[in-house]
Amino acid sequence: MPLLTTKDLSRRFGGLRAVDGVDFALMPGEIRAIIGPNGAGKTTFVSLLSGRIQPSSGMIVFDGADITTMPAYKRVRLGVAYTFQITSVFANLTAYDNVALPVQRTLTDGRSKGQVRSGVMAALERTGLADRAGTPAGQLSYGHQRLLEVAMGLALRPRLLILDEPTQGLADSEIDNFVLLVREIAKHATVLLIEHNMPVVMQLADRITVFNSGKILAEGTPEQIRTNAEVQDAYLGATHG
Amino acid sequence: MKDASPAKTYALHLGVIALLFALNFVLPDYHQGLFARIMALAVFAMGYNLLFGYVGLLSLGHAMFFSAGLYGAGLTVYHLGWGVPEAFVAGVACGALFALAIGLLALRTSGVAFMIVTMMFAQVFYLLILYFAAWTGGDQGLVIQQSSRIITIGGASLDLTNPTVRYMSALALFSVVLLITLAVVRSRFGRVLVAIRENEERTKMLGYDTVANKLAAVIASGAICAASGAAYALLFGYIGSSFASVQYSILPLLWVLLGGAATILGPLIGTLFMYYVTDITSGFTSAYLLIVGVALILLVLFFPKGVLGSVRQRWLGWLP
Repeated sequence: MPLLTTKDLSRRFGGLRAVDGVDFALMPGEIRAIIGPNGAGKTTFVSLLSGRIQPSSGMIVFDGADITTMPAYKRVRLGVAYTFQITSVFANLTAYDNVALPVQRTLTDGRSKGQVRSGVMAALERTGLADRAGTPAGQLSYGHQRLLEVAMGLALRPRLLILDEPTQGLADSEIDNFVLLVREIAKHATVLLIEHNMPVVMQLADRITVFNSGKILAEGTPEQIRTNAEVQDAYLGATHG
Repeated sequence: MKDASPAKTYALHLGVIALLFALNFVLPDYHQGLFARIMALAVFAMGYNLLFGYVGLLSLGHAMFFSAGLYGAGLTVYHLGWGVPEAFVAGVACGALFALAIGLLALRTSGVAFMIVTMMFAQVFYLLILYFAAWTGGDQGLVIQQSSRIITIGGASLDLTNPTVRYMSALALFSVVLLITLAVVRSRFGRVLVAIRENEERTKMLGYDTVANKLAAVIASGAICAASGAAYALLFGYIGSSFASVQYSILPLLWVLLGGAATILGPLIGTLFMYYVTDITSGFTSAYLLIVGVALILLVLFFPKGVLGSVRQRWLGWLP
């Protein structure tokens, strides 16, 4: 049974159909990449999944439950975590406090056990930020802020982790580490990532969904997507030609 | 907040309480009375700071919570002949109930709209006090007799009109509220409140019901401010509509800004400073408000984050 499905999901902004009748299914444990040209509706689509914006019509089912109208904070408690495209860590709080917020949430919900401190340090260690626990997040380098964002997502103990352009602005060396990190996360959670960096997508994704003009243009394994003529026209063609 | 040892933090705050305790025996009569007043009003500022400093919600209606406590305690003593402890509890309960009702309505807004809505409710409350002058005394106010301000426990009796008892009562309330706010801001709840101030949208996406957390903060803030108002009525024996006027909504904002928003001791320092600047300058000239104004401008220029906020930024990063 899929972990997440959408049925005829749409979101209109005025006359613009940002997401237009999308039927989508995500199997537990997979790493799914969403690609597509700018303005294809990728971020709007995952924002609908996370509850940051409400759909105009259609339905979202997570783990058998209809979550279409559920407020975002309740979806988070069910295990749908979202990391932001534009880094939005709490700049004035320390890295420690940034991660303590999601950790204490899972403790309150009974989804994890133990002390706040040990949970925070575990998440910081997994992302290589442990020695920067006391640094205000705003003073971290950009790459480290992105990692902190992932650490916060991780600390929520998500069943579905949505990453919106996680490698944007990272150096090549940081990207390699990041790929390893996502593989590690995927052992315990389903990962849905929007990504522009094609080598990262091809390395990581089990399956790829291609968006164009608010609709799903194609879906398949990396190999199928690479050889799909329509996709090449709409998207890959532009980068390879 | 930098990682500070809890021992150091608590030692500092207990030290401040000990200092205030010692001052009772050193201060001349006049200043002893002034300090009692300042400590009672610093509680008002601390309650305001909880909402303004930590959650980032700027209310212009906190005179309502202060005077809910003031009248809740004062009227039950005056009309119903309640004892001091019951009246105090009644005052705090009034403030908490008002905060619940106003919070539910006002939290549907944010920013400037929140300021306007809270101010509007406070004005309604002020006008109601004037309208029901037959019970409240209106702008004349009511004086609570000395005989009503004596607590008897068993055989012992505490006369709140006695300067030392009054000072110690104000100090006791101040100390309790100081330690409560310190514990709150260091708690998980406090961390969520600060997160809401910094970025509410992000806090939601970490699984927090930000509206419920803000409502809890409004109620806590309202109850603390009401405790201050109730204590003020019982310690100084006068209740009047001026305490519900818009001036008393602006004052705590001023005290907190001066002392340092989102610092635990800032409200005390701000209240102390304002009171003494006013007190000293009014001894020299009738244009004392001019001097107070200049002092405020200088402070804002050189300590833009308030006295303690700037101290924390420059020297003591661990200050809560």
